[in-house]
Amino acid sequence: MSKAATFERGIHPAYHKELASGKAISQAALPKRIVVPLSQHIGAPAKPEVNIGDEVKRGQVIGTTTGFVSSPVHSSISGKVIAIAEFPMSTGRMVQSIVIESDGKDEAVPFREHPDYLNLSADEIKAVIKDAGIVGMGGAAFPTSVKLSPPKEKPIDTVILNGAECEPYLTADHRLMAEHPKAVVEGLKLIMKSLGVREGHIGIEENKPDAIEAMKAVASGEENITVWPLEIKYPQGAEKMLIKAIKGREVPSKGLPMDVGAVVQNVGTAFAVYEAARFGKPLIERVVTVTGSGIKEPANMMVRIGTLMSEVIEQCGGLVEGAVKVISGGPMMGFAQWTLDVPVVKGTSGILVLSQDEYISYDDYSACIRCGSCIDVCPMGLNPSMLSILSEKGFFEEAKEYNLFDCFECGSCAFVCPAKRPMVQFMRLAKSQVKP
Amino acid sequence: MATEAKAHELIVSVSPHVRGKETVARIMWTVNLSLLPAFIMSVWYFGPLAAYVTGLCIATAVLAEHIYQTSLKKKTTIGDGSAFLTGLLLGLNLPPSVPFFIPIIGSLIAVIIAKLIFGGLGYNIFNPAFIGRAFLLISFPKLLTTWSEPTAQFVALDAKTTATPLGILKEEGIARLVEVFGDKTELYMSLLVGHRAGSLGETSVIALLIGAALLLYRGYITWHIPFSFIATVGVMAWALGGDSGLFTGDPLIHLFSGGLMLGAFFMATDYVTCPSVRKGQIIFGIGCGAITMLIRLKGGFPEGVMFAVLLMNCFAPLIDRGVKSELFGAVRKKKEPKT
Repeated sequence: MSKAATFERGIHPAYHKELASGKAISQAALPKRIVVPLSQHIGAPAKPEVNIGDEVKRGQVIGTTTGFVSSPVHSSISGKVIAIAEFPMSTGRMVQSIVIESDGKDEAVPFREHPDYLNLSADEIKAVIKDAGIVGMGGAAFPTSVKLSPPKEKPIDTVILNGAECEPYLTADHRLMAEHPKAVVEGLKLIMKSLGVREGHIGIEENKPDAIEAMKAVASGEENITVWPLEIKYPQGAEKMLIKAIKGREVPSKGLPMDVGAVVQNVGTAFAVYEAARFGKPLIERVVTVTGSGIKEPANMMVRIGTLMSEVIEQCGGLVEGAVKVISGGPMMGFAQWTLDVPVVKGTSGILVLSQDEYISYDDYSACIRCGSCIDVCPMGLNPSMLSILSEKGFFEEAKEYNLFDCFECGSCAFVCPAKRPMVQFMRLAKSQVKP
Repeated sequence: MATEAKAHELIVSVSPHVRGKETVARIMWTVNLSLLPAFIMSVWYFGPLAAYVTGLCIATAVLAEHIYQTSLKKKTTIGDGSAFLTGLLLGLNLPPSVPFFIPIIGSLIAVIIAKLIFGGLGYNIFNPAFIGRAFLLISFPKLLTTWSEPTAQFVALDAKTTATPLGILKEEGIARLVEVFGDKTELYMSLLVGHRAGSLGETSVIALLIGAALLLYRGYITWHIPFSFIATVGVMAWALGGDSGLFTGDPLIHLFSGGLMLGAFFMATDYVTCPSVRKGQIIFGIGCGAITMLIRLKGGFPEGVMFAVLLMNCFAPLIDRGVKSELFGAVRKKKEPKT
């Protein structure tokens, strides 16, 4: 038995991290054009700040915030705005986006550096984060500055950095921690300072020993920061599971981490916070894992936000014969793509290509045999079996009584289901039919 | 671009995009396999007749499901092993020397009435094999309670009839039961290996435990139902089963005889007809055990496992409603002090 911290239940899928875990982060080629969606985050979409024909530079704001829960977007290259229209995004939605054609020069606007970034005040840090357009980079893309501004009645005492990276295949956070541990820890310190919190934790699944070692080496000089090896178990990187594993606190049903005094940030977000505070660099690129048996040369790449997936895949040698599924994100919660002409956005942690033999059809699922496997693995302690049956039969209101809205669609139930039922689909269907 | 040529072939489906290896068929065939030791022992003690009865049950069950489904233009599901399992379980629950129409009628009732009419695997309320057997027991009481004496070595085509240990216990008392087997140690040993009269697959406790160990090891069943079922029977037999007052009963006789082991490990644990929340399964198991002992001690039949399981099957949906899984971060309702 592992002594590492963890939560109750969960699953053990095949991780396949070895495909990309040894690949150092490489710089992706300058994209020919970028498509920057104005809504890459949770909250109000940004408002275009440029017009068709305008010349823009790298780091220039091209979309401004329209509310408190919102985030600006920046150009990640220099070039000319050639279109502002709806384009498909990796979530499957059509989103108003700004298309910029590169002039090949990659000229940047001047960035405001802060060599003494640790002397910035809490409000200054939050302002920097907001202006840099930083959002949660683990996938949910919630504006970070909002997460760092909890209401007064919710005192925060703990910041947890999420380096669990529990999604199979993905290694972006792993490489970031192994190669830039100092930047990640400095980012954590900035986040802690912005919240006035003394206690910092970094949770990393045990399948990343080099990352744990690198982070420990850096964190050992910091009094209030602890690195936690976590049991290799999905969904260890879910906010609520991580808080449970490290602090033993259970976020109340329908509550938020701040209800138990915790703020969880992805390690990629911490890295971006550091880059923004130290170098004045907005969030215009991120580490993306390109992996899977369907890709010729798996890699971890620093990719400019807005680069089309097709261009990224091309740089990794393209798809192999028999590649059938391209996923934005990980295999458990990522989105399957119908076109490769969708941009890498702030929340894109990976591009995963699965081959024919990894593909399992949902077409011929059978009735629930009530084996209870899903109940045994649901990290939220739900009864997915019952929920799926209620949803299947249209009893959506009843599904609510079985705590439908506590489901965060991690897919553990679908993973173990012997009847191969599309459990997540059933949950989403029910959620779309009733109000929380 | 090579990627563009591929794009139209991309499959889009809902997450998760990887799934575990477990399938309904794999589970069902493993359960079938886990009953192999019990089946072998049934042939050992009751001869080729045992294989004939069980085989006829299985063949009828599988054929009935196939014909029913194809004639309704549905996809046949005999490959999932559940019809085979229903036939096998029914066979192992029958006396050795029943005429040919008994397995056939029982299997038809089990598969068609108890399972397919409800919508097939997953929708049935009652354990199909037990419904089949209950129908037979009520319709043909004499045939279903005529027991052959076990011999050994795969012979015994023409065995003498005798009574089951529970039958002797009920009619003539424990002293007579011990006398029939020699002494208490002999009695326990016979019950453990299965050298006794009874339904085909229920007699050998050891063979059943070997199969149960496989299922527990694979995680296909958990301890909750079998343990609570068996423990309840043991405690009630000890507390109420004695002739000389409370807590004088012999729990081992009750544990090792009748269909308890077969019922607790292989029948009560049927996914579809038991509660799916583990805590609820404990209630279910206790209920099964209590009804079993009520029938054995006070009822008209010497054995009560079948009716106990069927009765508790009715309550499974109710238990699942009442005993819910433990929600992460459940907010306990506190009484807020008035200010």
